[in-house]
Amino acid sequence: MLVNSEQIIEAIIETIQMVSFSLLFSAILGIPLGILLVVTRKGHLLENVVIFNVLNGIINIFRSVPFIILLVAMIPVTRFIVGSSIGTAAAVVPLVFYAGPYIARLVENSLLEVDPGVLEAAEAMGATPWQVISKFLLPEALSSLVLALTIATIGLVGASAMAGAVGGGGIGDLAITYGYQRFDTITMFITVAILIVIVQGLQSLGNILAKKIRRR
Amino acid sequence: MIEFQNLKKVYESGGQQVHALNGIDLKINKGEIFGVIGFSGAGKSSLIRCVNLLERPTSGKVIVDGHELTSLSVKEVREIKKNIGMVFQHFNLLNSKTVFANVAMPLTLAKLPKEQIKKRVLELLEFVGLEDKADNYPDQLSGGQKQRIGIARALATQPSILLCDEATSALDPQTTSSILQLLKKINKEYNITILIITHEMSVIREICDKVAVIEGGEIIEEGSVFDVFSSPKTQTAKNFVSTVMNDQLPDSINELIQKHKGKQKIFRINFVGNSAGQPLLSELAKKFDIDINVLFGNITELQGTPFGNLIVEFQGTDEEIKKVLAYVNEKNISIKEVIAHAS
Ligand SMILES: Nc1ncnc2c1ncn2[C@@H]1O[C@H](COP(=O)(O)OP(=O)(O)OP(=O)(O)O)[C@@H](O)[C@H]1O
Ligand SMILES: [Mg+2]
Repeated sequence: MLVNSEQIIEAIIETIQMVSFSLLFSAILGIPLGILLVVTRKGHLLENVVIFNVLNGIINIFRSVPFIILLVAMIPVTRFIVGSSIGTAAAVVPLVFYAGPYIARLVENSLLEVDPGVLEAAEAMGATPWQVISKFLLPEALSSLVLALTIATIGLVGASAMAGAVGGGGIGDLAITYGYQRFDTITMFITVAILIVIVQGLQSLGNILAKKIRRR
Repeated sequence: MIEFQNLKKVYESGGQQVHALNGIDLKINKGEIFGVIGFSGAGKSSLIRCVNLLERPTSGKVIVDGHELTSLSVKEVREIKKNIGMVFQHFNLLNSKTVFANVAMPLTLAKLPKEQIKKRVLELLEFVGLEDKADNYPDQLSGGQKQRIGIARALATQPSILLCDEATSALDPQTTSSILQLLKKINKEYNITILIITHEMSVIREICDKVAVIEGGEIIEEGSVFDVFSSPKTQTAKNFVSTVMNDQLPDSINELIQKHKGKQKIFRINFVGNSAGQPLLSELAKKFDIDINVLFGNITELQGTPFGNLIVEFQGTDEEIKKVLAYVNEKNISIKEVIAHAS
């Protein structure tokens, strides 16, 4: 084995940093977008064909670019925002552009599952659009939103491994530089095992949380 | 008070126009329990949803307590909605919130102080008989209990109008009855105007004062429940009435009449109001030389007035029976000979 435990621990920390920062920013971007995608659609709270179509189009464009290409295409943007195109901080930028639109779609799906009858009751009560969103739509979708964010987080773990390979560090970087390029099978196994544990842990956490919110 | 003036609603769906309401003129007075009945697709939901602008009318006017709704601003409409409670067929409660929070919701939206909300919610829960369920979640309740919560929520802001769109259609007959009694109590105690939409005539019979029959987006018949039930004019109204009045002859009686065609004298006597209370049959038996055989009977109460019919066989001479008929007619009781249906 060509790596020591310190390198592995450092890689894990880098991965956690990349995932949590990109999760934070992509949620900040994606959740409002997802809400907008729902409330501006036809027949909904704040119906607005223009906003809906523009958002929908942009999100589709980002969703259709493979991450590995996005990673490279984003380099100038990353340089502009972070000042450098390598390192953990730099990896966060393409990750946000990848996960933000993804989260928007997931949130959209969760919110669309909310019983339209409940929203109708809200309207009958004379709730303002903001009240409908904050007091009806989001609370009713909460457990489904938690599961959606879990999926997004797991997606980010995978994507961060790829981002790491182009200079972001983290577990993916370790796996590529040692496991793949130097044929270090043990390191490869260890890194894959760590990724499996992280993904399993995240999914269980998400499930428990969602269940707790749903109470059953 | 609710008034519709030449109300029309056209839906555009997939390039096609659906004319759901074709010029409704209707007036619902304060304190009434008004029922609108019609088959599926008649436009019932479209009509009731125009009262709180869940649906915007295509043309025509909706006047609620003197305000013409379509001319109001969004903000003004929101205020008016607080004066109109709505109860739904599928309850539409928030599953993520407790019973307490559900009932409190309209008050929370109005930003009332917490203490005041708590007091009002507990009062409402007691009124609907579910004070012990405050901390439960809707999915832990039965359908009838959910509807009671829906009603409590609708009453939270002390509205003067309550709209019920098929409020009992998802419930079994017994639960339906208890919910209807609750609505009646609300009407009596708070003098709230109640507009009920239903496809079940039994709902109309049980609690409504007035009824309108809607078909193809038009009101085809309207009147007091008693009038419409005792003498329905349109075929649709007749069909609805017969679903609850059971004034069809049972097959066994029909067969009997067929078999003894011409030999028996069988009559249908309609009772309305006070005449049902008179001991008519025993009077006839004493006064005239005939025997009376009751074959079938059906008496219900409509708005506190007895109403029904009896199928009787008179045995006696033709002459005597003629006298009987004359006597009954004199008392303003409707009597008609029953002719066998060729079945
Ligand atoms: N949002 C809509 N878009 C298009 N057509 C609609 C819409 N809502 C109702 N309709 C049509 O309008 C007509 C009247 O519908 P409405 O829901 O008012 O009937 P209803 O009497 O309440 O029927 P039901 O007893 O089935 O609830 C129907 O033909 C229906 O298909
Ligand atoms: Mg309906």
